[in-house]
Amino acid sequence: METISILPPELIRMVIAVIIIISFLFLNAIMMGYAERKIAGHVQRRPGPMEVGSHGILQMIVDGVKLVGKELLIPFNVDRTLFRVAPLLSFTPVILPLLVIPFSEKLQARDLNLGLIFIVTMGSVNVMALLVGGWGSNNKYSMFGAMRAVAQSIAYEIPILLSLLAVVLMCNTFSLKEIVAAQQNIWFVFLQPVAFLIYVVAGLAETNRNPFDLPEAESELTAGFHTEYSGMGFSLFFIGEYTNMFIVASVATVLFLGGWHGPHLPYGEYLGVVWFFLKVYLLLFLMIMVRWTYPRVRFDQLLNFAWKYLVPFSLVNLLITAVLVKL
Amino acid sequence: MGEENKSSSIRPDLDAYAAYLKSESCRPVVEQGREYGEGPLLRIKLVDTIMKLCQANSLWPMTFGIACCAIEMMGTGMARFDISRYGSEVFRPSPRQSDLMIVAGTVNKKLAPVLLTLYEQMPSPKWVIALGNCAISGGPFKVKENYNIIEGADKLIPVDVYVPGCPPRPEGLIEGILKVQEKITGIRHPIPQNRHPKSPLKKIKGLRVK
Repeated sequence: METISILPPELIRMVIAVIIIISFLFLNAIMMGYAERKIAGHVQRRPGPMEVGSHGILQMIVDGVKLVGKELLIPFNVDRTLFRVAPLLSFTPVILPLLVIPFSEKLQARDLNLGLIFIVTMGSVNVMALLVGGWGSNNKYSMFGAMRAVAQSIAYEIPILLSLLAVVLMCNTFSLKEIVAAQQNIWFVFLQPVAFLIYVVAGLAETNRNPFDLPEAESELTAGFHTEYSGMGFSLFFIGEYTNMFIVASVATVLFLGGWHGPHLPYGEYLGVVWFFLKVYLLLFLMIMVRWTYPRVRFDQLLNFAWKYLVPFSLVNLLITAVLVKL
Repeated sequence: MGEENKSSSIRPDLDAYAAYLKSESCRPVVEQGREYGEGPLLRIKLVDTIMKLCQANSLWPMTFGIACCAIEMMGTGMARFDISRYGSEVFRPSPRQSDLMIVAGTVNKKLAPVLLTLYEQMPSPKWVIALGNCAISGGPFKVKENYNIIEGADKLIPVDVYVPGCPPRPEGLIEGILKVQEKITGIRHPIPQNRHPKSPLKKIKGLRVK
């Protein structure tokens, strides 16, 4: 027992939290992939995966094992370093935001007092991964996909920040735990409906989901920035995308939907995680339904929508919030 | 394949390449137990079995429709037939991420280099289905006057399963995919399949339905 007492308890706590979070990432990707294929099936009046396991429940595991077994191809003229670094760069930074998200009152790895800024910062690193992957692939489609990803991300980062800022003005803190605690009586979605809508729309664009999935537009750009990636490289991009969706949905839950608050449960400070996950997966279900219902927008429509509508509306919303808070 | 048509050379620059691709050294899986390339350093039978089960049940095809058979391929992906029941509805647009190439239509000499490039770009293990009579043998275009048809995709790339028909029904393509699964694992249904619902006619007493 002496060796354990030498280690600082905070370090042990962080290591355990990181291990749990990484295993959760893979679980989340498997669940989301299955849900996506199943919902896609039912939207199009077909059953979706059926034969592997009961109702195809093992389908994503089978796919994962197959992707591990695929040949890892590094094409001839690519920048080898960048090409190998990009999937890791897409997969690694998404672990960090989950460390500051309060899953319930006591289930939080670290309560940073600048938690919200930390999450937004780490969310921007993902775009870097797309740019590095697209540039390193030495392929025109990848390059176009990466450029689109950067333009789209810069445009949509601003309405996201402005809509989050409206909530921060109301509760006067960047700490996620305190923001959730401030929603004890009323969720902020009722006080800030415009900010919530803007955040959800911009969040769809930020995670490159349909109808804003221009960086990987199939009909124009083969597969966009991950055209040249096979096997696990592609799989890591895919896990990164689903984790980003999870982060966007959990930030929406924390800031607008009252985090762990819900009807009373025994051991509420731990079991609040049930309400948290319920809200997060409802939002993710909404995102999947949007993907399989709406067509893709054109690129000029995408940027016009961001700069002409989302940014002015969020600015006005922020101004009104500031005036009301000051009164 | 029937008799070899000696007069039709594919294209002078592609002939040697196609011959190389058709040669034994380039076959992904050879029946005598030899594997592509050097094979794994350590061979464990259980791991092999599991890997083959997984490969058989997630054959991602490439979005590569050449001619009218592609319409049937799209139909196979949609309701009523639904290829996704067997886990192969993920039509990947990029050859780097796909396992199965469905040559759905007529291959002519202008398309031949594209077909070869796409096949080369797919990471192994990879499989090919020739869908329809054109991809098998040139189909209705195999006439003396025609100068630009390649009579069968297997003159260019190794084909695993031939699905005849002009065009074949979507059930035919599903059967082709089941045949590829059988070729990978050696069993007809690698993972026990769902029982199909009984015919409602069977519930009526005295009515004999097979």
